[in-house]
Amino acid sequence: MELKPGLRLKSTVCDAEIMVIKATDGDSLTCGGMELAAEAPAEKASGDPDHMNACVIGKRYVNEGQTVEVLCVKSGDGSLYYNGDELMTKDTKKLPSSD
Amino acid sequence: MNIALFLQMAAEACPDRSALTHDGKHYTYLELFESANKVAERFSHSGCQFVSVLDVSSPAVPIALMGAAMAGIPYVPLNYRLSTEQLSELLARIEPAFLIVDDSRTNDFDEVEATVLGRQALLDDLLSSPEVSVAWKEDPSAVAIQLFTSGTTGTPKAAILRHEHLVSYILGSVEFMGASEEQSTLVSVPPYHIAGISAVMSSIYACRRIVQLPDFDPAEWLSLCANERVTNAFVVPTMLKRIIEELDESSFDPATLMSLEALAYGGGKMPVPVIERALELLPEINFTNAYGLTETSSTITLLDPDDHRQALDHDDLVIRARLGSVGKALPSVEIQIRDDEGNELGPFEAGEIYVRGPQVSGEYLERNALVDEGWFPTRDAGYLDDHDYLYLSGRADDVIVRGGENISPAEIEDLLHAHNAIDDAAAVGIPSEEWGEAVALAVVLKNSAELSEDEIVSLIRTSLRSSRVPEVIRFTSELPYSDTGKLLRRVVKTWFD
Repeated sequence: MELKPGLRLKSTVCDAEIMVIKATDGDSLTCGGMELAAEAPAEKASGDPDHMNACVIGKRYVNEGQTVEVLCVKSGDGSLYYNGDELMTKDTKKLPSSD
Repeated sequence: MNIALFLQMAAEACPDRSALTHDGKHYTYLELFESANKVAERFSHSGCQFVSVLDVSSPAVPIALMGAAMAGIPYVPLNYRLSTEQLSELLARIEPAFLIVDDSRTNDFDEVEATVLGRQALLDDLLSSPEVSVAWKEDPSAVAIQLFTSGTTGTPKAAILRHEHLVSYILGSVEFMGASEEQSTLVSVPPYHIAGISAVMSSIYACRRIVQLPDFDPAEWLSLCANERVTNAFVVPTMLKRIIEELDESSFDPATLMSLEALAYGGGKMPVPVIERALELLPEINFTNAYGLTETSSTITLLDPDDHRQALDHDDLVIRARLGSVGKALPSVEIQIRDDEGNELGPFEAGEIYVRGPQVSGEYLERNALVDEGWFPTRDAGYLDDHDYLYLSGRADDVIVRGGENISPAEIEDLLHAHNAIDDAAAVGIPSEEWGEAVALAVVLKNSAELSEDEIVSLIRTSLRSSRVPEVIRFTSELPYSDTGKLLRRVVKTWFD
């Protein structure tokens, strides 16, 4: 799949939705063990039970090398994986409100 | 990638939370989101190429901003204070437009190719009409906002901000739903200013309630803070100066500001005595200085609350001077100081400020101002200290060149601001046969204070250098500022013609 920054994708196993911030083309991004898709199916598939640790709206998820980053824009039960590795939440520096 | 995402996420995560208060009326995030969806459909059906709000702050501002983004149409807020002639020129550049105006002005724009609607009529209609769902485009390079510059040096330029710039700025500087339900931010900057637009986007993404003050007045600002239990606010320097004066002169009890946790300021150079007095009067409040430009999607550097407190009482003069700094670059922003030939300068060397980062557009409709590998020349002059704190010395175009020597107006103004008889001061360059340019000085004395021309000349001669001594001094009752707090130097210059 062509993963361009700004691309919105949906989980096929839960309510989760993400937006790609950084990625490399042709990589595999899954939620609940199933490839994320442009449109969610009417009937959700059942996810891989090992991949159901949830993702949370507003959190940014990265791989260890931070070569991929996605923003969760809708929470869901599935967890996000990239090329087989579970993504973790990114630590961001908290800045004071400036506007 | 689309800025409408911010409102969609807020409506998803906390639909019933209060999103906005205007004139005592409230909107929830779901109501804002649904109104934006409905207005997006109207924008699309109208066939307009631009969406414009020519009005004070109201709920129509976030709704039109987000609705325009959903419809994929550039949002172009206009300054309602401009003359009819200035407005006609700008409106001719955004035809056909969907124009939202004060309800009393709907018949004032018959000459313009536009769908014109009164703000309140539109808002009421949106709340009562049936729900719609809009599918929007996710094009990062689409134009989200077009802002006309103030045109101090000629015809206003149209600065372009794309969705990717604004999304980078918000994701890089604001934590989603970082605010609690009790938090609110008082927005008193006008909606056609980049700070007014970024306040709307930041607050929505943080899920922090917006309290709108359409027409700034220090007493009203204070009472709204108290009545709405405001926790955050952003002001321009002239607003903070007037708030401090109001606190000093009236019987207003600073304890009434108990709810206020954080006060950010920017949009112009803050005189050090004003921020020092503010820190003394309001020691519990977290002050943040933010520096940014329209072309950089708002804030690029921050002087945070710890920097303020540390600087206030520090013995080390370099650290103490930081109250006059605009702070350090945001994590995703790079800053360089360059000389006239474009060479990078070192710490404490003054030159032009260049900036680079994903939030920097540096682009106008007429031309792209970015130079080598994405650097934007800001036309602001300044320097970095040895810990990367940035100091501004004014617009590069404001530098006075006297006999080949560059004089920053700020150098003279900072000295005078610190004098206890002087309320305000402006140094400008005037033509001089002998020197090319010479310094002219406009001075506002404090009430009942006395200071002679000779005393001012002697102060400058002893504290600075003889080249800084003004050729001519004019005493005046006040200096001209734009409504967003920028000193209008071109007006001051005309005083010496």
